[in-house]
Amino acid sequence: MHRFSPLLGLAVLASWLLAAGCASQLSRGEPSSRRGGDASARKPAPDFELKDMNGKTIRLSDYRGQVVLLNFWATWCGPCKIEIPWFVEFQRTYKDRGFTVIGVSVDEDGWEAVRPFLASRQVNYPVVISTMEVEQKYGGVEALPVSFLIDREGRIAGTHVGLVTKKTYEDEIRGLLD
Amino acid sequence: MKMKSAAFWISALALAVLPAQAQPPQILTLQEPQRVVVPRQGDVLAPLKLSMRPGYHANSDKPSEDYLIPLRLTWDAKAPVEAAEIVYPKAKMEKFEFTEKPISVLDGDFEIVTRLRRAPNAMPGPAFLAGKLRYQACNDKMCFPPKTLDVKVPLLIQ
Repeated sequence: MHRFSPLLGLAVLASWLLAAGCASQLSRGEPSSRRGGDASARKPAPDFELKDMNGKTIRLSDYRGQVVLLNFWATWCGPCKIEIPWFVEFQRTYKDRGFTVIGVSVDEDGWEAVRPFLASRQVNYPVVISTMEVEQKYGGVEALPVSFLIDREGRIAGTHVGLVTKKTYEDEIRGLLD
Repeated sequence: MKMKSAAFWISALALAVLPAQAQPPQILTLQEPQRVVVPRQGDVLAPLKLSMRPGYHANSDKPSEDYLIPLRLTWDAKAPVEAAEIVYPKAKMEKFEFTEKPISVLDGDFEIVTRLRRAPNAMPGPAFLAGKLRYQACNDKMCFPPKTLDVKVPLLIQ
């Protein structure tokens, strides 16, 4: 039988309190950013397998070795529309250095809503339609946009909830690519 | 014994913290609707009083951009009253960090008023009118998935 370790308990409590602190930022409607810390402290990004617009399977683990910007968005989300042209530019600029954006749409109407949007914005990176299961794996998508920066080892290096600056993303992407 | 006690208190504190984790803010609040007396003949107005949390807005019933989800009130068709008209509040045009031009939104306190009339087969006495209010809200930095509020208006059918 395992004995209770007070140190382990305090560590668990500390991480709960940290998560609650970030959640309270969301409850105040403020954008929040969280760094994954040192590489060794980063948590693995939950894997998923979803289809893109052409029926091709997009599996996050297939991108191991690349830096991934995983962006949850929706066509009805104004702040998401600001970011998408930045992501198109990042994809163009950094793709050859081992970078990709993966867009995950939470639109209830699925491809019917997303397909025309992608065509109009000339989105050049893979986009999939979300499921509840995937959203739960990423902590529940309570506000949009939400983006996760994933390092080459498949670990979450940063999280942004709400609109942040283009420079913030670009600095982080470059930091992970270097 | 001390270990068990520490485990208990840590677990209790953690459980107290957990509900705060996944809760988005309460953005739109509906005041409890007042009872509406529905006359045998003629119309009566049923107002719904709503308040947006400061700093947030919902799209109006007629959003200025195709991609925006409108505010929409729908009433149960099987009710003892008929909704002759739904009057949404006057929207304001406001520019946000994420919009190129002003968009049609609602914020602060507002009312949606429904003009009701007795259904031909309605029985006199107390009843309810049930409906749903769908809205989609944002602030200047983030948006929240569309939500549907259940609405229930107490009636007295004459």
